[in-house]
Amino acid sequence: MSRIEPPARVKPAAETAGAPAPLYASRQKVYPKAVSGRVRRAKWAILALCLGLYYLLPWIRWDRGPDAPNQAVLVDMQHARLFFFWIEIWPQEVYYLTGLLVLGAIGLFAATSLFGRVWCGFACPQTVWTDLFLWVERRIQGDRNARMRLDQQPWSGEWLRRKAATHAAWLLIAAATGGAWIMYFNDAPTVARELLTLQASGTVWFFFGLFTFTTYLLAGWAREQVCTYMCPWPRFQAAMLDENSLVVSYRAWRGEPRGKAKAAGVGDCVDCRACVHVCPTGIDIRDGQQLECIGCGLCIDACDDIMRRLGREKGLVAFETLANIAASEAATAGRAPGPERLARGMAARRAPRFLRPRTIVYAGVLALVSAVMLGSFLLRETVGLAVQRDRAPLFVELSDGGIRNAYTLKLSNRTRGTPAFAVALDGPAGLRLVVQDAETDAGGRPVLTTRPDGITQWRALVTAPPGLGLSDSTPIAFRLLDARGRAVESARSVFLGPKP
Amino acid sequence: MPTKIEKDALTGRETTGHEWDGLKELNTPLPKWWLWVFYATIAFSVLWVILYPALPFRGATGLTGWVAREAVVPVMEAERARQEPMLARLRAAGPAGIAADPELRAFALAGGRIAFANNCAGCHGAGGQGAPGGFPNLADDDWIWGGDLEAIRHTIAHGIRAGESAEERISMMPRFLADGMLTAAQVNDVAEHVLSLSGRATDRAAAERGAALYAENCASCHGARGEGNREVGAPRLNDRIWLYGGDKAAVVRSIGSPRMGVMPAWEGRLDPAVVNMLAVYVHALGGGE
Repeated sequence: MSRIEPPARVKPAAETAGAPAPLYASRQKVYPKAVSGRVRRAKWAILALCLGLYYLLPWIRWDRGPDAPNQAVLVDMQHARLFFFWIEIWPQEVYYLTGLLVLGAIGLFAATSLFGRVWCGFACPQTVWTDLFLWVERRIQGDRNARMRLDQQPWSGEWLRRKAATHAAWLLIAAATGGAWIMYFNDAPTVARELLTLQASGTVWFFFGLFTFTTYLLAGWAREQVCTYMCPWPRFQAAMLDENSLVVSYRAWRGEPRGKAKAAGVGDCVDCRACVHVCPTGIDIRDGQQLECIGCGLCIDACDDIMRRLGREKGLVAFETLANIAASEAATAGRAPGPERLARGMAARRAPRFLRPRTIVYAGVLALVSAVMLGSFLLRETVGLAVQRDRAPLFVELSDGGIRNAYTLKLSNRTRGTPAFAVALDGPAGLRLVVQDAETDAGGRPVLTTRPDGITQWRALVTAPPGLGLSDSTPIAFRLLDARGRAVESARSVFLGPKP
Repeated sequence: MPTKIEKDALTGRETTGHEWDGLKELNTPLPKWWLWVFYATIAFSVLWVILYPALPFRGATGLTGWVAREAVVPVMEAERARQEPMLARLRAAGPAGIAADPELRAFALAGGRIAFANNCAGCHGAGGQGAPGGFPNLADDDWIWGGDLEAIRHTIAHGIRAGESAEERISMMPRFLADGMLTAAQVNDVAEHVLSLSGRATDRAAAERGAALYAENCASCHGARGEGNREVGAPRLNDRIWLYGGDKAAVVRSIGSPRMGVMPAWEGRLDPAVVNMLAVYVHALGGGE
């Protein structure tokens, strides 16, 4: 049987013949081979966890009472609320989302400086869905060699059957992905029924179609090109890495020179290309650190398997720091290949330093942002008061020479109850406060009522009797008092009048 | 321009034949797809002009007879039909009934705000603050024809001195100087007396001289102490609010040749429901009684 090998991947070879290298290279299709081992098992576990969370989260119910949705995680665009279990976020509190994004970014930086591109290799949606799609492809079209053969043979019934089955399965997964996305923005059982009975709204169909299409395109067709060409993260993640980060590395000091297993005077690498065949981005880890490597570690599993079969020690490709690689390199310089070189090289390694200025700073920032977010969340008020002063007219002169200003008070209540609040005016003595349509309490203060999870709007008139001698702008404040007379919220404004 | 289309030796492509100081331009024609789309848009525009009203001439309506105004009519009608139950309730309730019903009141305040901006703000200002020269402030506590809900509704519905409604607000103030009823000196004395009603006279002697003239000529409408009379729309004279200005020259002018403002009757122009909404809205501006 002739050996089927895809063409070598094109890397720009600028030095050839002085002609400028072409700026465009068409994609060489990658046929990753199946592999098993520790890293692969970890990847399957994380894949199951991520996909399980993504698909099942919208279906979890959470009772919030009769007037609120009972979906645990819901972005309710129509009513401008974000629900997350017991937490309810209003649009003006969007800084919590900003905080989460900051936490996500810093967490990503910290993880990268410790363990390299673990995000890319294990948890990134692009990786997770590509892995899933590859698994489907493998189930239907067979492993690497079978797939390459299928792609090189002329069209046939079998070709059509296998390809059609693969794409149908992909589209099904993509549709489930797009469908699950919609459920984070709509009541899941309702929208699922609407989608299945073809009665969903145009918006739902649009986003369903969009996410179905992008999933199919990115995980089925684009794959490693997303990581290599589209994603900005590989371009600057090197800034988070240093010589103490655990990254997927080939121990060249042990493997070189490469040669046949039984040949004399060669290193442990038998040049079987198993690491290349399993790579989802189609690179050779033995070339060293490179932009295309997503740090998934499948080459470790592939190489360990070969080493086991040859009866050699595992770890020719491993999660290793660049500092250790350099130390082993130095310890084995000039040594002939053999068990003695291996022992010396391994002995020269040090345990990776996880506590470094860089990681301490990341941990500090993480802790700080988390503390600020947690603090502000625990201390957040459930009632808000906003005051808008009437601008037309700026003020009204009354028949007795008094001055009146009008204000709009907006009372937002973020609870499901309907607490009432008395409103008191802070300002020069003599100013009188009247709130239209509001009852007054025993002390003559207007009492503002609230709506569950909503805003009530009131018109307040503040009158200065003649002879108060105010300037043309006097600062005042409205204070909300709860049933026990405690000030829960206040809002500042000004009282305007004619120039004295 | 002399043109000489030639083949460029370096690139093997034709030039446009244009030459500027020895510089020649390669001919880079538009992509075919672009050109065809361009032709298609021209064809489309010709069709458009034939079918739709595209030319700025009366009668150039296009073969389809489509009119933008007609397209919006059903939308407006549907919207009106949707509002109709609420409008019917607003009509039936009247201003007092609206004010008593929180739902109707909320609707009336929102609707009144828009109606006010559309119909009233031109004279009375965006927030009802009025304008100098006889456009009264609607947010203060001084009302010429009454400031309770029904009085406001009546004024809006029937207007003032516009001659558009049998029930309109109407009254006349004599032109004391222009018609020779008082001399200029007498007008001056009356003006001083009027200012003294709000404690602002500058010439005490003149004010006292004017007291008798005031009692004789003005008090029947404006009241003995200038308290005004809403029955005849005679403004209060003993407060700090002046429709045509409160300095002496303005008061003299108002006595000598008064200006009597006009407000159109909105009944017939606006739906009674809208008039009711406006009454509630104006009442809530701050000065309602």
